[in-house]
Amino acid sequence: MSTQATPEVEQERAEQAGAALPWQTVVWNDPVNLMSYVTYVFQKLFGYGKDKATSLMLDVHHKGKAIVSTGSKDKVEGDVSRLHAAGLWATMEQPGA
Amino acid sequence: MKHWRRKGERILAKLDRHEAALLRTLVEQLTELFAERESETPQDELAELTGIRTGPATAPRDPVLSRLLPDFHRMDTAEGAEYADSAAALRSLHEPELLAAKQGVAATLLETVPADGGTVSLDEETASSWLSALNDLRLALGSMIGVTEDMPEQLPSDDPRAAQLAVYHWLTWMQDSLLRVL
Repeated sequence: MSTQATPEVEQERAEQAGAALPWQTVVWNDPVNLMSYVTYVFQKLFGYGKDKATSLMLDVHHKGKAIVSTGSKDKVEGDVSRLHAAGLWATMEQPGA
Repeated sequence: MKHWRRKGERILAKLDRHEAALLRTLVEQLTELFAERESETPQDELAELTGIRTGPATAPRDPVLSRLLPDFHRMDTAEGAEYADSAAALRSLHEPELLAAKQGVAATLLETVPADGGTVSLDEETASSWLSALNDLRLALGSMIGVTEDMPEQLPSDDPRAAQLAVYHWLTWMQDSLLRVL
């Protein structure tokens, strides 16, 4: 089993460290990026399995957005940067802040 | 061109002369657009001293560039205004590296596309650069044409965007085919 940290684990870590509310990486739907490409990017960048990556991609496609990672501001900032390099429309936000 | 295929460690596709020339022209145009944006990057003594480049704080006005270099926060919502300062700071911090990454994949494509057509032969790393570069081209053309989810396969021949849309669909096909072998 993969030891890849899940968003939930990241969130717990942030809370234990007494950090402020965790940040979220949001990917928005756009009419250009292919569904197969978005799934591929989620697998490559986050190490997600095919099922999880596909499910997130479908959320982006059908619901208009998906939260693809959470954590400290630095972590999420890095995730958004990498998504921008891949051409996805990603932003970051801190809910409840 | 035919589908991308794998042969041993290599990822291959054949492009005819016309296709290679078209791809090269499109990438060169995008590279020029990136270079124009890079020239807007403020230069100061601190940057020269430390080597840390700082990008512009405001989003490009050009719709193609603004799609390729998005804001770090959603600015068009009710909460958008609260994030304005942060968006400006994050853009100047990260835009130079994002532009460098996009110029990098574009340069790899230009180095590996045969000038007069022929076989493109890539390893995993250069194939990954092609995937990103093809996606950047599709984003750029898609923004220019105003592509929507229910875009028809073809536009009427008197529509000025008809030729661009045909190129866009060709790039889509090429990217999808490449994805299938990665």
